[in-house]
This record gives sequence, C-alpha cells and structure tokens, in this order.
Amino acid sequence: MADPMKIRATVQGDVADVRVLMAHPMETGQRKDAAGKIVPLHFIQTITAQLNGKTVFNADVSQAVSRNPVFAFKVKGAKAGDKLSITWQDNKGDKRADEVVIGAGS
Amino acid sequence: MHDTRRTVLKGVWAIGALASAVAAGLLSPGRVFAAWNKSAFEAKSTIDAMKSLGFGNAEDSKAIEIRAPDIAENGAVVPIDITSAIPGTTSISVFIEKNPFPYTGTFDVSQGALPYVHLRVKIGESSQVRVVVAAGGKHYMAAKEVKVTIGGCGG
Repeated sequence: MADPMKIRATVQGDVADVRVLMAHPMETGQRKDAAGKIVPLHFIQTITAQLNGKTVFNADVSQAVSRNPVFAFKVKGAKAGDKLSITWQDNKGDKRADEVVIGAGS
Repeated sequence: MHDTRRTVLKGVWAIGALASAVAAGLLSPGRVFAAWNKSAFEAKSTIDAMKSLGFGNAEDSKAIEIRAPDIAENGAVVPIDITSAIPGTTSISVFIEKNPFPYTGTFDVSQGALPYVHLRVKIGESSQVRVVVAAGGKHYMAAKEVKVTIGGCGG
C-alpha cells in the first residue's frame, strides 16, 4: 500500500484551493537501475477528487509527471468543514484514497 | 496490410460517432474522460496524440495562460501553472512536444472546478509545452517554450 497523500485544502470565498502531494516513483520505463536493467513503467494514471462524495475534478496523466507528484486545483462551491477526498490509481492497479476536512482560509 | 487499414478506418468512424454523440449531448464530457486514452498516451508525436483525442482542429488562443520557467535547471521537476480564461472551459490537456510520449495528461474541470491546474512534469530536452483547452465543444491551444539544461528522463 502506498504512503498517504499530503492534502491541503483551504477555502477563500466559496473556492477551495487544493494542493496534493502523492508518494509515487512515477517510473518512465526508460530509466536504468544500478545493474543496467530497465526499471519497468510504473506511474499514476488517474486521479479523482470528490467534494462531499461528488466528483469535482478528474485527471488522466502519463509517466511524464514528476516523481512524487504535486497537483493543485480549485474547487467551486466549497466551504470550511466540507470533506474533500482524493483517489489515485496507477498502471499496476495500486490505489490510494485520502480525505481531509477543508479548512478556513486566512 | 488491408486488414490494418480496415481497422484504422473503423477506428476513425468510431471516433467520429463518439464526437457526434458528445456534440448531441448524449455523453457528458466527464464520461468521455472515464477511460484512460491509451492510444493518445502512447502516441510519439503531439499531432498524433491530439488527433487521437479529437483535438485536430484546435485554434490558437491568447486566453490560455501558461506559467512555466523559461529555463528549467532541472528537467525532472518543471512546475507548470495553467489558467484558461475561455468561458465554459471543460478540460485542460498538456503536451510536451519533445518528450518520447508528448501527451502528459488531461484535467477535467467541468464538474465543479475552476479552469486552473498546477502540475510538475519531466521534460527531457528543451521543448514547447502545448496546452489544449476544450470549451463549448471546441478546442483552443497555446504553447510556451521551456529550455532545459539537465534532462528529466533517464536520470
């Protein structure tokens, strides 16, 4: 099981600023290890974010996303105390889902 | 040879049918993005990837803002911020033209997100970063060049 994501979500007006850090090697299938063998492709393919259980953001990505991916996006119609969950799935079928409570902005 | 051509043609028809279904509102855009588009992700040129995604006729637009460094010292982590000012933006797609597989991803913002995304990507060598925005059934594009001094692939 992959390590937990770090998610930060704060609301400004009715828009939540979401920033997420995922722990993932994002192997491109082109890198060689110390023994000179190609490290197989291993990367996150899909990301979904839900606000109180309703999907609000979706992404399909490739191995060109950097190792330990960081994404930021903005969700409309959010308020402090709402639940924001993020799920990713990689090309080997591994998944990870984490949830945070949206905080009040400064 | 003949068989391959047949399959390709059938594929083109299927894409056409799908596009009309979307235009007719039979399918919501979110649904179209539900399947990870293997053929687009495995395309070796931006043009082929864009065709696979149905972006072949994208028009240039100044309403797409791409914020990325002019010179990236480390191609393994290049931050990119994209904001679309095009009304009714439903998705943002990114292509790194000189990467072995240019299509980097599509961000669907049609279900309750603002037309903005931040991501960090690997860029193998100096390249145009091309962004295609879908809005109101049409496609718009913009590009920005990022020069890379140390590559992001291979390590």
